[in-house]
Amino acid sequence: MRSFIKLASVALAGLFSAQSWALNIFACEPEWGSLAKELAPEATIYSATTAYQDPHYIEARPSLVAKARKADMLVCTGAEMEVGWLPVLLRQAGNPRIQADQPGHLMAAEQVERLEVLQKVTRSMGDVHAGGNPHVHLDPHRLLQIAEVLRDRLMVVDAENSHHYRQRFVDFAARWALAIEQWEQQAAPLKGLQYVAYHKNFSYFAEWLGLQRLATLEPKPGVPPSAKHVQKLHNLLEGQSVLAVLTTAAQPTKNAERLARKLNSPAVVLPFSPGAEGAEDLYSLFQISIDRLLAAR
Amino acid sequence: MKNISVWMAASAAVAFSSVADAQNRGRISSTEFNPAISLILDAGLAIYDNDEDYEIAGFPLGGEAGVAEEGFAINEIELVGSADVDDKFYGKITLGIHQDEGETELDIEEAFFQTTALPHGFTVKGGKFFSELGYLNVHHKHAWDFADAPLVYRALLGRQFNDTGLQARWIAPTETFLEVGAEWARGDAFPTGGSPQDGRGSAVLFAHIGGDIGASNSWQLGVSHLQADDVVTELGGHSHGGGDAPDNEFLGDVTISGVDFVYKWAPNGNAKQRNLKIQAEYFVREMDGEFEFEDAANAESGDGNIVADQTGWYVQAVYQFVPRWRVGLRYDQLDSDNQFSNVSFTGFGSADDLIEESGWADEDVKPARSTIMFDYSNSEFSRLRLQYSTEDSRHPGEEKDQQIFLQYVYSLGSHGAHRF
Repeated sequence: MRSFIKLASVALAGLFSAQSWALNIFACEPEWGSLAKELAPEATIYSATTAYQDPHYIEARPSLVAKARKADMLVCTGAEMEVGWLPVLLRQAGNPRIQADQPGHLMAAEQVERLEVLQKVTRSMGDVHAGGNPHVHLDPHRLLQIAEVLRDRLMVVDAENSHHYRQRFVDFAARWALAIEQWEQQAAPLKGLQYVAYHKNFSYFAEWLGLQRLATLEPKPGVPPSAKHVQKLHNLLEGQSVLAVLTTAAQPTKNAERLARKLNSPAVVLPFSPGAEGAEDLYSLFQISIDRLLAAR
Repeated sequence: MKNISVWMAASAAVAFSSVADAQNRGRISSTEFNPAISLILDAGLAIYDNDEDYEIAGFPLGGEAGVAEEGFAINEIELVGSADVDDKFYGKITLGIHQDEGETELDIEEAFFQTTALPHGFTVKGGKFFSELGYLNVHHKHAWDFADAPLVYRALLGRQFNDTGLQARWIAPTETFLEVGAEWARGDAFPTGGSPQDGRGSAVLFAHIGGDIGASNSWQLGVSHLQADDVVTELGGHSHGGGDAPDNEFLGDVTISGVDFVYKWAPNGNAKQRNLKIQAEYFVREMDGEFEFEDAANAESGDGNIVADQTGWYVQAVYQFVPRWRVGLRYDQLDSDNQFSNVSFTGFGSADDLIEESGWADEDVKPARSTIMFDYSNSEFSRLRLQYSTEDSRHPGEEKDQQIFLQYVYSLGSHGAHRF
């Protein structure tokens, strides 16, 4: 009986402590789910997409509406990347806590300076975003800036536990800075090398490590490559030194492999987001990406 | 959320300083146009082998139920403006511009506000909007997977059911998506009409449940019910479109009950490469009251009591086999059992002639249609479609219809997201 009471009290204490900073966090992409987990490990985190999905092309399906309904906080890429589904999801969710003017609505890419910001956008340019390239998370420095904003928002949304978030951020920032130092050392030989990507997914990663993008397989963002376009790229790039033709886990590999064969370079699949190709969290995401590029040399 | 005073104090200091920083770091274009404006062009070529006026045996048509104009035609231009009005309301206005026999008509398809800040999963919508009756009804025509409406929508809902009123919905805080809602409206849209009960005469109840099965499958099941008493429904009658329209009305009570199911599959949930969508809907409509008919020349007229018991369903599958290319199949069927009593007439040879002319004669016909379509979407803003149907909806002894559509849909401007 006594042990039962003890057990029950432990369970109850566990229940209450778990509830104390147990936010419901809705992440549009797994990278924001992973980042939220670093700062709010007790939170219930749901990622609307997986690393095997193209987050531009998701539907506001019933399961997402149900998750958004219960969320205390929403962390998405923003900069119009989710424009095809997030607005309708927010309108359907009946949840004021995550609407655009609330601290529980965090658009990560909009917190940092973006690359490829265009002065003029027309549809003939393909699926481009006037707000710039939204795939910011593969620059670890920007990721840290975003983590800082996420900390601030968590401290507002769950003010009672603000000291937890402050402490978790201090821990994360220290570990992250160390990791960045190691990655930058490891990746030093990649500096100045040239790559071809399927989509402009790796602009921030490349800027960080000093890689040069020669071309994209997509003739225009969002437009799938034709065999003719692959041939055109081959003619254009023949004789150039190409480190690799890069795709993400969500992108088709056939044309990338075809072009890589012609260029006598490797076709390399990078995870792009946690949850694919062995990347379990943000650390392994960067480590695996760097290792694969180093191996491609 | 947890503590309002802390939130008030901290938000100014912390959250919005970072929002302000973000604005300095680069503007996001969607805030530059307010409201977001889009124009949608839906046009094409329709070829029919049967030149008789379109009809569906047993179902006097109303609303926008007719087929698209034969030959090259603009089906519709939609002008859509939408925006968050402020921090608590969203608004959307959709105007439909149609050409009908050389005349240009402007329709208010939607004009509504919707709450965005109500707590506990509640949302209220007010104005004119597409009802949650059925699944396809809330989707705009340009987002449909076929060039035309399912027969059951054409026959029972006048193509699409949109009325003016209020809607409230609630989403349960459950893992599985569960939503219930109610609408209270004027009673002006086919198959209702006449704005009964002083313009508050129509009600709809609906519920949706849905979820995912693994990463690759998602589904939604819906039920809905419409009730409107003492309506006055304008009907097209037998000779819809040709010559002066007769005066053809139903006066009485209407109920519609529907069940709908949608299933979507995409490998690993990545619909960009390949995906499959299967959808099916079933409706029952009961109309209990009187019918009145009078031809344009006032030579033939009549009336009587009617109890119409009508059902219809369709099932369709659309498969994207490579990016941008899709193929779709659809099968439609209707059935009606219309019972008449106390029929009186002048000018007609018999009661059967009156019933025939007013469009209610079902003659044991089960109208049916089979459709195949291919479409190509260069981007999500453009679509080209080729569709072929064979339809057997006419009275016994009349020829089947074969219909070919070449349709193109272009959306210009900042086009919003579509629902599941």
